[in-house]
This record gives sequence, structure tokens and C-alpha cells, in this order.
Amino acid sequence: MKAWLKSGSPWIWLNGGAVAMCMIMVVGLIGLIAVRGFGHFWPANIAQIEITNEQGEQIVVMGEIVRSQTIPSAVARDAGNEVPEDIDMVTRYLVKQGNRDQTGRDFVWYLELGMGEFTYPLDAYQIERREWGNFYGQPVALLREGEIVSTPQQSGFWRDMQAALDRSLKLHQEIQRLERRQIGRINSGLEQLRLDTRRLDLRDVSGPEREAEDARIAAARAELDAQYEELRVELDALKAAQRRDTLQMVTAEGAQVDLSMAQIVRVTAPNGMSVPAKMGQYMERLWEFMSDNPREANTEGGIFPAIFGTVTMVFIMSIIVTPFGILAAIYLREYAKQGLMTRVIRISVYNLAGVPSIVYGVFGLGFFVYFLGGSLDRLFYEAALPTPTFGTPGLFWASLTLALLTLPIVIVSTEEGLARIPSTIRQGSLALGATKAETLWKVIVPLATPAMMTGLILAIARAAGEVAPLMLVGVVKLAPTLPVDGTFPFVHLERKIMHLGFHIYDVGFQSSNAEAARPLVYATALVLVMLIVVLNLTAISIRNRLRERYRNASD
Amino acid sequence: MTTENETKEYSTMNSQEKTAPIRVSASQARSGEAREALLMANESIKIVVNDLNLYYGNDQALKNINLQIPEKRVTAFIGPSGCGKSTLLRCFNRMNDLVDNVTITGDMLMDGQEINAPGVNVAELRRQVGMVFQKPNPFPKSIYENVAYGLRLQGVNDRSTLDKVVEKSLKGAALWDEVKDRLHESAMGMSGGQQQRLVIARAIAIEPEVILLDEPASALDPISTLKIEELINELKNDYTIVIVTHNMQQAARVSDYTAFMYMGELIEFGATDQLFTNPAKKQTEDYITGRYG
Repeated sequence: MKAWLKSGSPWIWLNGGAVAMCMIMVVGLIGLIAVRGFGHFWPANIAQIEITNEQGEQIVVMGEIVRSQTIPSAVARDAGNEVPEDIDMVTRYLVKQGNRDQTGRDFVWYLELGMGEFTYPLDAYQIERREWGNFYGQPVALLREGEIVSTPQQSGFWRDMQAALDRSLKLHQEIQRLERRQIGRINSGLEQLRLDTRRLDLRDVSGPEREAEDARIAAARAELDAQYEELRVELDALKAAQRRDTLQMVTAEGAQVDLSMAQIVRVTAPNGMSVPAKMGQYMERLWEFMSDNPREANTEGGIFPAIFGTVTMVFIMSIIVTPFGILAAIYLREYAKQGLMTRVIRISVYNLAGVPSIVYGVFGLGFFVYFLGGSLDRLFYEAALPTPTFGTPGLFWASLTLALLTLPIVIVSTEEGLARIPSTIRQGSLALGATKAETLWKVIVPLATPAMMTGLILAIARAAGEVAPLMLVGVVKLAPTLPVDGTFPFVHLERKIMHLGFHIYDVGFQSSNAEAARPLVYATALVLVMLIVVLNLTAISIRNRLRERYRNASD
Repeated sequence: MTTENETKEYSTMNSQEKTAPIRVSASQARSGEAREALLMANESIKIVVNDLNLYYGNDQALKNINLQIPEKRVTAFIGPSGCGKSTLLRCFNRMNDLVDNVTITGDMLMDGQEINAPGVNVAELRRQVGMVFQKPNPFPKSIYENVAYGLRLQGVNDRSTLDKVVEKSLKGAALWDEVKDRLHESAMGMSGGQQQRLVIARAIAIEPEVILLDEPASALDPISTLKIEELINELKNDYTIVIVTHNMQQAARVSDYTAFMYMGELIEFGATDQLFTNPAKKQTEDYITGRYG
């Protein structure tokens, strides 16, 4: 025993165990969110269940079985179910039965007691809608302007329905395009004219100049109004065309429902699908999740604006924090006289890294948004007041707050990188007649770039995952526009953005439909983790390339 | 012409019979006799050190140094660790400026100009007084860029000029044949001996007048050491060389003059063969016979 202790193997086991624990935790975490999150997009079979309830009535339920659990019958009784006294444990199933507009609840628990066989009818449809969530039911007929054109009994029904759906989706895209691009353009034009008028008022312009300007504005406004009218007519026509087709469905309870094609996003009949077809469907849904806008208070649709917002914010943050941090570190390490003052500064900087992030949020809101933003508004955007332009939370302030938050990380690792460079290299350059600045920029800083990149990597990892301060300085539940688009000046720093971290919080804890939100929380979390991994890998590969270039220099 | 003459001089100096012994003790040096003695040997003096004292804070590292460095000769500083020989060497190109809290008193004249005068452009001085360090310290750049570094600092960016100087310097450092096919590969991939010769090439690329070598071979294997020593012999045709070494055999092999230092003092200075065969001071004798140090 003593020999074993002396041999050092307990120590090795202890260390190995620690590594194993870390691995289990990391893999477990990623695995859990991956399974929970990405399982959501797999087209589950639609079960049809006949249930005899306590009163002896027969009801029919149709939907996806989400999960089942076995609970003590006392708990079931407390929940209002009648369970015979002689049963201790009962199994219950959570069924996603959709049809929120019909029944009011789309996730319902059913006790196994009284359940008949599960059947999987081939013509059970799952229909994703723009409103009210999924619809589950069986098709009755396809109507065109009220006339039946096809019924499931006819052979071409599925094809006809998909054709009608494709047409409606194309029209929808067209409508979206018109609303976003054209009407957006007209609106910003009108807003510009309003600001022009207001500017004239502020400058107290009168006389002929004022009249000329007023005439110009009025003409421009009339022109825009005319364009708008034209567009509205076009839009109305498109919307009417979209309403042409209707899918007539019947729910499991037997109620007949007419679904306009305009509401439908996707129709699937998963029970009849082969595994490859399901794979295709899975990829399609996953792609939609990554590339689409959210619907239904973020509980459906995609998370693209959140991904985009996160990436843009991290990018701008990097642009701000890198030069600041590096310059500060170079001054601290290379130029400042090493004494009490630098020590105090260094300790303060290190401690900044430990300040809770919400404190940065409060600071950002108070100083950046209200003070700096308010001043900017008064100086440059006076005409728009009292509507704030920069004096309200937005992308730039969020990026700036995060830059402040990650500044210590960049400073610390840059300083460490500079300190690691052997003094012989420095002296070699000085001995050749280089000045201190020349040595710094030609030899020292290039050598320290891997360390700077390390700092940036850590900063990105920290910033991308930060949520608390962002809620105060620019991230919102649902942003109407992306921060980057085709209208001048292309990057709109004043706009509010969506963010994956906040999206997780919002969907998970602010949503009324917890069951629908749950898988999205996991999926969004996984996307966030993967995004951070991708950002880090990019930075790490850049760093390694730099390291390769300066290999052995610090040996 | 001049080069030939000097080479001849060198060879006659090494044949002991013909040359008058040049041996100067510290007290003689102080009285200025050293200078006369050297002048008698037809040497022109590149650097003169008069009553040099150097303090790190309150510790005196160099005590009353008086010394002449002859031009286009190899002068070696020997002595036990901590005797101040590297510190003295670093005074010649003011590398001690990098250390905080250094005080220097006394004169140090190169070609009659005070090195430590406040108005001296240190970068300019270091261009005239090149330095090679104990550990090879090539920059993490290509071989070519390492040699071109000093010229680029002076604003020379013309490709053909750089090409010429790089080739000439690498040839001068006896490295050209080994690296001519991989000039644009990283210098970090070379062996230690090659790196040290590259550093020498880098130093001579800007054509300094003096080259300071701070234990240039102490981190190298015997073969590389031999190459460096051969190189030093070549270089003294064009440059004034001051070398610090721990290795007395090396000092004996490569130098024309040797200074023995101990505890911050210059104990003895003289022609190398004289100093090693017939030292004037007991301390010198003890050191070179290995009784201490």
C-alpha cells in the first residue's frame, strides 16, 4: 500500500479522473442539448388514439407522442383524473395535438387507462401554419375559389395540393419582398421628408426659401404616396391570389376546418414517409430553423435574426476591443515606467475582468446609451427628437459594452505575450540600430500576435455567450429589421438586434407555451454553442498559422 | 594594399621573437603608458576608455577602467563570471541604457567622440558598433529578411541593393553556401551555429566599424565554435572586434590583445601571447593556470 502511494499512481489516477470528469461533463452537456434540441426537427409519426374517459365517453386524439412518464396514481388523482383505488402507478402520455385554434391547448397529458390501440393513419397530416401552430388532421378536399378540385380519393391529390402550396409560398415570398424592400424604402423616404420639414422648423427658415423647400417636400411626398398606393394595390392583388386555394381538413374529433393556403407553411404526412424522406424533411426543417425568421412569439420558425445579430455584435465588438486592448497593453508593458502607478492600473484592469457583467450593462445604459447616445442625438439627430436615434439601446452600444467587458482579457493576454518574448530578440534589434518604436513594430508586436489572438479568442467566447448586460443595452425579443441591409449606410449601428443568448432566455422563460418552447431552447442553445465553437476555431486557426510562422522564437 | 600589410603585421606579431612584448598593468594604463606602448606597436586606437566607473544603483560593477581598443584587431576580455567583462562590452554600444538605474562616470571615446555624451544618437552609434550575443537571436523572419533588417531600418528597400548586401554579408559570415538555396525560409529552422553566423551576417550587413561579440560560441558545439573562430579571424581584416569569452583557449586562439578583468577591475591588458605566456600579475597567472575562477 505504501509502495503504491509512493509510486505516484494514485496521483496519476486522481489527475486522470479529473480529466475524465471534465470530459463527461462537456460531452454530456453537448450531447443533452444536441439530442433534445435537434430531435425536435425529426418528423415524428402521428398517432391516433381512442380513449374511453371516466364517463365512458369515447374521444379520439391525434398528434405526436412527445414523451411518457409513470407517476403515482395519487399525483394523477390530484391532477383531477379518476384513477381506481387498486392502481398504484399510472403511465401518462404527453400528446402534441396541435389545433390550438380549435381546442385551445396543443400539448395535453392523457392517462394510459382507457386508451385503446395506437394507430398511425397514412393520411394523417401535420400542417405547419403561420399562426396558431401546427394542425393535425386528415384531408377532406382541396378547394379552389370554393369549388372542389381534388379529393384524397383521387390519385393526384397530394401532387395538386403541393402545387397549390408551392404557388402560395412563392406569392408569400413576393409579398414579403414588396413589404420589406419597397414599402420599407417608401417609409424611410417619408420619414426623411418629415425630418426635412422638422429641420426647417428648427432653423426657423421662412420666406421664399421655405416655400421652395415646402413645395419640394410636398411634391416628393405626393410622389411617394402615389408609389405606395400602387404598391398597396399590387399587394392586395397578391394577397387575394394567395387566398385562392383552401385545404379542407377534418380533425380527430370530426370537426371540419378550412385552411387557407395563405396560412400554410408546410404539409407533411409523416406516417407514410420512408426514412430517407424523413431525413430530407429533417434537413429542410433544420435549414428553416437556421435561416428563417421566428414566428408565433419566437416559439416557431427560425432563429436567423438572432444568429445574425450575435455574429454582427461579436464582430463589431472585436473591431473595437482589439486595437484598444493591444495599444493599452503595449503602453503598459513597453513604455510605462514600471512603478506603483502601473501596478495599480494593472490590478484595476485585472479586477475589471471579475466585475459581474450586469454591472457593465447598467454602466452601458447609463453612460453609453443615455449620456453618449443622448449627446449624439442632440448634436447630429436633433430633427428626429424626441424619438431617439442613438440615445436608445442598440447594436453599437451593445458592442461597445461588450468591448469594455472583454477589454481586460485582451490586455492581460497581450501583456503576457509581450512579456514572454525573449529579451535577446529585443536587444538584437536594438543592437542593429533600431529605435524602440522600430523594434516594437517590426519585431515585438508581430511576435506577440499569437498572444493577442488568444486574447481575442477568449474575448469572443466571453462576448458571444453574454446575455445579462445585453438586455439593457440593445438586445430585444424581436427585432423588426436586421442590422445590416441594402439601404444606406448598410450597417445600422443604432438598430436593436436579436441575440441567441437572450433568445434562449426569452423562449425558455418568457413564453407562455412552455412545451412548444422547450425543444427550441435546446436547439438554440446548441446553435449558440456551435457558433461560439466556430468563431473560436476560426480565431484559433489564424493563431496557429501565426504561431507556425514564429515557431521556436520563444524557445 | 592596407589589408595585406595588416595581415603581414598580424603574422609577424604572432611570431613571438620579432615583436616587442606589449604588457601593460592597470597602474601603467592609468598613467597613460598603455597608450604609448600600443602606439609603439604601430596600432591605431579605435576606442579609448578613461577612468570608467559603472554603478548598478549603489553597486559598483566597473571600477576605474582604463583601456584602449586597437583598430582592426581582436581584443578579448577574459575573467571569471561576474567580473564585469560583459558590462564593459555593453558600454561600447550603450546597451546598458536598457537597464534602469545605471550610472556611468568617466570617458569613453570612439574616434575621439564621447560615446556617452547626451547628444549622441544611440541608434546611430549602434549602427557603427554592432553586437552579437551569447545566444543566437535571429528574428522570426526569413534568412533574407534577417540580414536585410538593418538596411530596411535605414530605409533601404531597393531589391537589387538588398540582394547584393545580403549575399555579401552571408558570404562574409561564411554562411552563403549553406543557405543560398533557402534564403526565404525561416531562420528559426537553422542550426545554432548557423543561426549565430546569421546573426553575425546581420551585424556586418550594415557595415559597422566595431563588432562586439558577447561569448558568441558558448552555446555552440565544437565544430560550430571552430567555424565562428575562423570567421572572427577573417572579420578582423575589416572590423575592430571585441570579444568576451569564458574560454581561455578561445581567447588565446582568436585574439591579438587580451584584457583580464576581475571583480570589476581591469587587472591586466596586453598582447595575447604575452599575457598568456608571461603574465605580469599574480592574479592573471592564477586565473589562466586555473587556480581560481
